[in-house]
Amino acid sequence: MDVMPIGRMRSAGASFVLLMLFWVMLNGSLASDVLIVGAVASAAIALIYRDGLSIFTEARWTPAAIAATFGYIGYFLKELVKSNLHIAAVVLDPALPVHPGIVKVHTRLKSRMGRLLLANSITLTPGTLTVAIEDEWLYVHWVTMEAADQEEATRQIVAGFESYLEVMYG
Amino acid sequence: MAAALDILGGLLLVAGTTFLLLGGLGLVRMPDVYNRIQAGTKATTLGTLLTLAGAACLHPDWAIKLLLIGLFLLFTNPLSSQVLAHAAHRMHVATTPATEVDLLDEETGEEA
Amino acid sequence: MADALITFAAVLAGLAFLLAMYRFVRGPRTFDRVVAFDVMTIVSITGIVLGAVVEERVVYLDVALVYALMSFLGVIVVARYLERGL
Repeated sequence: MDVMPIGRMRSAGASFVLLMLFWVMLNGSLASDVLIVGAVASAAIALIYRDGLSIFTEARWTPAAIAATFGYIGYFLKELVKSNLHIAAVVLDPALPVHPGIVKVHTRLKSRMGRLLLANSITLTPGTLTVAIEDEWLYVHWVTMEAADQEEATRQIVAGFESYLEVMYG
Repeated sequence: MAAALDILGGLLLVAGTTFLLLGGLGLVRMPDVYNRIQAGTKATTLGTLLTLAGAACLHPDWAIKLLLIGLFLLFTNPLSSQVLAHAAHRMHVATTPATEVDLLDEETGEEA
Repeated sequence: MADALITFAAVLAGLAFLLAMYRFVRGPRTFDRVVAFDVMTIVSITGIVLGAVVEERVVYLDVALVYALMSFLGVIVVARYLERGL
């Protein structure tokens, strides 16, 4: 059997830690038989799917990235609440003030996980829903469209999350 | 102290289900598929998260498992909405006449 | 007090489910029904969690997690199917 390159070994190791963490959370127990079964299953999955799971291990683990992660979570929760109040205001208004549009925005993020998290974040922020991702372009449905212009839309929709995700994933 | 946590948990449950109700209302009132997806996905995500937080206040020993459900929903809920919106657009499901621009439609139209 | 709030929350979740069901019945397109179905399953997850709280049974939370997984996979598969067949 040939030797696995260091990069893939690290990625398989990170998948193993992640899977093991989920296993323990799911079981809610640290008994030795639970740990052994979990370790065997996690190791098998991490080795078999070491390429497919690499999307979960693209995060950087520098102190700046970890700080950005906390900043991101805080910003995200704030936006999620704002988003719901916004949609509630639209839905409860008898006139139903929607003027939707699908706009095109640009992202500087390169990694797959970074782009996935960006798309998910956009979907949960006020009035926007990612409809398609094509390389560095995202097409976003906007319930109350404020700007069809690409630069202005990018500034309003993408910029807030991108500044955190750029540090976390690049 | 425990009683106060119980009340907080109950209030969080009510707040969460209120957002679920608003999401249901949005689903009924919004004019086209894309706007319905928007109302559905946002309201159910926050609504369910608040409900899970409420349950965690009522049963603090369940917190880890509730957190796991919350993380899972946070990841999959927007993703399924995006897949659905993408499929609807690919199948040319019409947007409401109020829609001002559709840049995705214009560009795929040029390529075809 | 907390019991009254839980009952009230269950009523609200039930109303949300009925509204989603209205959209499910009315359609008019298959996509509207899939969206409505997605919302109905997520409201059901809340219902299961409320059930777990009332019955004080932690096992129900595992049911909720599996239900969430099934609903996610279900929506993805249906969307794929509508887009280009199986």
